[in-house]
Amino acid sequence: MGSSISRRMAWLAVAVTGAGAVGGIALNRGESINALWFVAAAACVYTLAYRFYSAWIAARVLVLDETRATPAERLDNGRDFVPTNRWVVFGHHFAAIAGPGPLIGPTLAAQFGYLPGTLWILIGAVLGGCVQDMTIMFFSTRRDGRSLGQMARDELGPVGGAAALTGTLMIMVILIAVLGLVVVNAMKHSPWATATVAATIPIAVLVGVYMRNIRPGRVLEGSLIGLALLLFAVAGGGWIDHSETLRPLFDQEGLTLAWFVIGYGFLAAILPVWLLLAPRDYLSTFMKLGTIFLLAVAIVLLRPEIRMPALTQFTDGSGPIFGGKLFPFVFITIACGAVSGFHSLISSGTTPKLLANERDIRMIGYGGMVLESFVAIMAMIAATVLDPGVFFAINSPAGVVGKEAADAVAKISAWGFPVTVEQMQFLAREMGEKTLFARTGGAPSLAVGMASIFGSAFGDGLLALWYHFAIMFEAVFILTTLDAGTRVGRFMLQDFLGNFSPRLGQTSWYPSVLLTSGAIVAAWGYFLYIGVIDPNGGVNILWPLFGISNQMLAAVALSVATGILVKSGKLRHAWIAGVPLAWLAAVTTTAAYEKIMSADVRIGFFAAANDLAAKLAAGSLPPGKAAVAPQLIFNQQLDAWLTLFFVVVLWVVIFDMLRVCARHLQGKPVQPLTESPHEPSRLVELWVRD
Amino acid sequence: MIGSRLTAFWALVRRLSGDDAYERYLRHHAQAHPHEAVPGRKEFFKREQERKWDGVRRCC
Repeated sequence: MGSSISRRMAWLAVAVTGAGAVGGIALNRGESINALWFVAAAACVYTLAYRFYSAWIAARVLVLDETRATPAERLDNGRDFVPTNRWVVFGHHFAAIAGPGPLIGPTLAAQFGYLPGTLWILIGAVLGGCVQDMTIMFFSTRRDGRSLGQMARDELGPVGGAAALTGTLMIMVILIAVLGLVVVNAMKHSPWATATVAATIPIAVLVGVYMRNIRPGRVLEGSLIGLALLLFAVAGGGWIDHSETLRPLFDQEGLTLAWFVIGYGFLAAILPVWLLLAPRDYLSTFMKLGTIFLLAVAIVLLRPEIRMPALTQFTDGSGPIFGGKLFPFVFITIACGAVSGFHSLISSGTTPKLLANERDIRMIGYGGMVLESFVAIMAMIAATVLDPGVFFAINSPAGVVGKEAADAVAKISAWGFPVTVEQMQFLAREMGEKTLFARTGGAPSLAVGMASIFGSAFGDGLLALWYHFAIMFEAVFILTTLDAGTRVGRFMLQDFLGNFSPRLGQTSWYPSVLLTSGAIVAAWGYFLYIGVIDPNGGVNILWPLFGISNQMLAAVALSVATGILVKSGKLRHAWIAGVPLAWLAAVTTTAAYEKIMSADVRIGFFAAANDLAAKLAAGSLPPGKAAVAPQLIFNQQLDAWLTLFFVVVLWVVIFDMLRVCARHLQGKPVQPLTESPHEPSRLVELWVRD
Repeated sequence: MIGSRLTAFWALVRRLSGDDAYERYLRHHAQAHPHEAVPGRKEFFKREQERKWDGVRRCC
């Protein structure tokens, strides 16, 4: 009895602290606020949500059954279906879901101030993203670890299945393009960054050969050698940067780098996985987990002050990084970290095959997303510890603030975020870069933020090294996503083409491999190319498109979850997926409507196309811009149609789900539940016996 | 005491990274198909990498 009261008091204390921290963040209007408030608010919100909401979902809604054998136990084959310790599964799941998304989204959304993004990351995750990941993981576990696409087809019908597949393919193309653009922008005219990122390729190949031929399967040895070489490459990049002969080799235009990235993507897709993709992934996973851990330690040790105001004037839609009002664009910009549809592809198909027991779903599905959301909070902290003037100078494209440094600082200072040319030059010199103006895409400003945090926590003298370490860290796993995504896209395309020509469907037939890899690379390469030649930076177009497509996939996943809940007779609790679904549908539809219909040239695709066409016709464009204008006009129109396509797919799936639910509730026949029959788990008793 | 903790930690690191995948496979193989030939370490590693990367394994 006494312990129950003290436990309640402890939870009450967590709730009060959490409310205090969130309130403090929300109501603070002073000069600055300490980052520890963010950490405290996040920790309390996550703890409460995990302890109460996820426990309630596990016990009352999904009814996890720990006596039921999981697919890993029933279908154990020693390779992909393996009952695995839950901490190990947690590590694998987290490493798979946490990519560059939660780092970039919050950085871009910081243009609205720290508050909107932070609140959305916290609330979106605990009520939306975590629930999506957990429910999809549960439903896939009950269905032999089937993928989201298969579940959509089985439970909703062919329409839902086709939507999930097309959605996945499209999102992959847009995601790779925007990530490629982020890397290109980070390397543009930065010999140090370019040399370091280039060095990661031979290092990965070396590690691949080591793991395959020299010491087969010795993953840890190979990775440790690779990590040492990567750190060496960061320092070596600095040496190249100071060498008069080598420097020009790596000092490249954005377009040249884009072609390199495209060529690299094609090569990576056709080379054997053990040579480049797999070793790179080992390196990027270690690098990612290590750096995230280091960042958390540094933030707690250092407790930096947040300099960005809670809200900026750009909530009205006039933001320099991307156009559009706070609603709906903050919810589109931050997808990963709050709700990410992409996760449902990992939560189905991959992770369920490792679960030793159903009760682990709560910790891995819900808990894994909680941790990713925390990564997004740290990215928000790293973006907002910068002087707002510096933040906007780095992230505003030249097309918005002007090409000359003096124009840019004048414009940004006039917004009320004072910054000087000298300040930017000093910062660039400290970071070992020629300039930090208009380095759009989020990676450079995140790297400056991380370098200043690491620099203050672990020694100030190495800022340039920390900066390029951060760039390398981002580039390494962006390139992993690029390789892996191209490969998956290729498989999906081959699978599809196999319906028409069985030969093309053979994943090992080389002409088909070349053709389909080429098609996927051409698709994302196109958007990357346009993004690079766009004077407004491209990120302002591609990132919202990515956000819309990612939230569309989340809506497909949540539709599948809602449909299954209703069909399982859990109508009363279907809101756990239905409410986030409704919110995402509202956000995505509004954003899509504005991207298509808005008359503001910085928001509406058609408006921008028409504006540019009118200027071109009037001859008022400078020659350089007039040359690329036709391509930009075509691209804006294409983007508008693409957005329309996403929103149509979204509503088709929602109506399909509602149709299935309505029929079920009226007692009419629907696709039957495809849950595998109950088999008692023997692992529990085996453990007891051992 | 510390020794056994370290051993457990090392086992966890190996398990997490997949360093012990082949040993685990050998154990499974010995139990499930005791009379069949076992693929070598090199062959197993290559096959596993190919299997691992034929689906969505990394996210945004």
